[in-house]
Amino acid sequence: MNTLRNAALWLDDRLHITALFASTAGHKVPASAGSWFYVFGSATLLCFIIQVITGACLAFVYIPSTNEAFTSLQYLNHQQFWGWYLRAVHNWGSNFMVAIMTLHMIQVFLFGAYKYPRELTWLSGVFLLLITLAMAFTGQVMRFDQDAYWGLTIGASITGRVPLIGKQLVHLLLAGPIIAGETLSRFFTLHVFIVPGLIIAVISMHLRLVLTKGINEFPRVGHPVRRATYDAEYEEILEKDGVPFVPEAIGKDLIFAALVIVGILACAFIFGPEGPNGIPNPTLVNTNPRPDFYFLSIFAALALLPDWMEVLVLYAAPVGMVIFLLLLPFISNTGEKSARKRPVAVLTVVFIMLVLGVLTYMGSTSPWSPHMSAWSGNPVPVKFVKGRTPLQLRGAAVLQNKQCRNCHSLGGEGGQRGPALDAVATRMTRDEMVRQVIQGSGNMPAYGKKLSPAEVDALVDFMQTLTPRGVPPAKNLEQPVKPLPRNVA
Amino acid sequence: MNQANKIDVPVDQIANKPSRRNWLFIAGVAVNAVAGVLLAVPLVGFVFSSFAEKKDRRSWISLGSIDGFPEQTTRLATYRNPFTRPWDGDTADIPCWVRRMKGSQFQIFAINCTHLGCPVRWFSESGLFLCPCHGGAYYEDGTRAAGPPPRGLFQYDYKVEKGELWVKGGEMPTLSNPV
Repeated sequence: MNTLRNAALWLDDRLHITALFASTAGHKVPASAGSWFYVFGSATLLCFIIQVITGACLAFVYIPSTNEAFTSLQYLNHQQFWGWYLRAVHNWGSNFMVAIMTLHMIQVFLFGAYKYPRELTWLSGVFLLLITLAMAFTGQVMRFDQDAYWGLTIGASITGRVPLIGKQLVHLLLAGPIIAGETLSRFFTLHVFIVPGLIIAVISMHLRLVLTKGINEFPRVGHPVRRATYDAEYEEILEKDGVPFVPEAIGKDLIFAALVIVGILACAFIFGPEGPNGIPNPTLVNTNPRPDFYFLSIFAALALLPDWMEVLVLYAAPVGMVIFLLLLPFISNTGEKSARKRPVAVLTVVFIMLVLGVLTYMGSTSPWSPHMSAWSGNPVPVKFVKGRTPLQLRGAAVLQNKQCRNCHSLGGEGGQRGPALDAVATRMTRDEMVRQVIQGSGNMPAYGKKLSPAEVDALVDFMQTLTPRGVPPAKNLEQPVKPLPRNVA
Repeated sequence: MNQANKIDVPVDQIANKPSRRNWLFIAGVAVNAVAGVLLAVPLVGFVFSSFAEKKDRRSWISLGSIDGFPEQTTRLATYRNPFTRPWDGDTADIPCWVRRMKGSQFQIFAINCTHLGCPVRWFSESGLFLCPCHGGAYYEDGTRAAGPPPRGLFQYDYKVEKGELWVKGGEMPTLSNPV
């Protein structure tokens, strides 16, 4: 026993472990910081460590070459022992990391932890957010399938909108004038060397700042931050109420950490790995590119914005958001920390979460995308053809053959890019329909060149029958209202 | 004696020692700055070579006999991208839409939607190109019909020689570099 003790003492004398412990893991934190609200930072770090370990394992097998990457992913999924599971853990680890990092950021924001004197802790956190998102994007490219290929194209197209140096930036991003050759090697290098290296560097700074400036005490109403007195007040809290982080304040972090690990493992086990979906062959053009969920909100915004706002949202909005996040601790440097006294802060979080949530949902359903096979695949509901005249039936066939249903639904089936046609006759008169079909307008192309007059006639005749039972079709005001034809009423 | 020695050291020598160290420090920083630049120039040049490169990456590629493209039709054609590496595999096969109007009058459209680069699909019945990403639509002559695209489809240069259709490809078209 004594020998062991002596050996331990010898090691400590040489390595200064006790001193290191006292100044790091054993440093004093306010007892109030041992809260369930304070577990997200350590959990994000835990996710990162899981990502590094599983990522390194995957890199044992993965081949970052455009020709082999897809095959090596299939090999990982189906042949490599536990390969599918490690891919799944890596994928779910990234989902958990982004989600928990977001919770961490919200908590820090609502608890006013970014205020004096922790401005740089917040700033380094903002950088961590950005480079974690860079990991998410480059990681999606590693899963080199159709979505990755077209995701890269989308990334290059966005980059290509930069004035003056757009072309050079695209070449820099893709490592060439087009996705080929070194593109995947470039993203592999970013994903496994450069960005993780940056993350480790910035995490070191982030943690160092947590040690030097202390962890935020649990905010109390009526205790606003004042630059002149805060340091002394914090010192006093540590004196009166301070506990060593290990072992007295880390308990909840540990329990949450275990929950996170089990959560990642369980999701990975139940849902399995993501993709690869579809071989990355650009000549297979019948594809439906979608980004991973982190970027679905941006994907949705780009579909819904008016043209003139796109450049603003693509460049000005992200830059503006980042500048705002970077300036936040200086704009609101002092004052109340408690969310109970900061309604604007609470509303801001609720607003941003709602916007991101709705956009992400819309991105996942993409109602603006045409249903490419609706014209050939979706049947015309019987109620829309029953009892129609031959001309009207011909019109129904025109509607189907000319692919109108890729954008317009009938009976709930078909695209949602344009309005549903189920009751179109109540909204538009015959003349308006003819004009709209031939000339188009708004988001509808003009079909004047693709439809013969007879076809237009039949089509409009059919659409005039599309009204709810008992409702007459819209009429021009100057025309007398005629009674409904029998087959409709 | 020792003490006497210390005291006896001339004043200028005491002053000299730190200044010599200072000089070494400054010289050390200076030579490392030079060495750093020597290291950085090739590194930066290597990584940012796209800014130095002036070479046109495009070249003429045959899409085969023009008989493969009947008049008044639009067909998908593919070609091997001239910018390619041995390990590219299928990724270097680039699709494009070839529209033959009459005789040797063609239009060759890039597959990429001008909005964000997704692959547009041709619908011959309605004479439209539709984009699966954000619903951009183009007429059969490539002009913008509807949706978010800021312009018509990108068109490649083409030529017809000895009954063969050639396309000038090699770069991914973007708004700032519409090939």
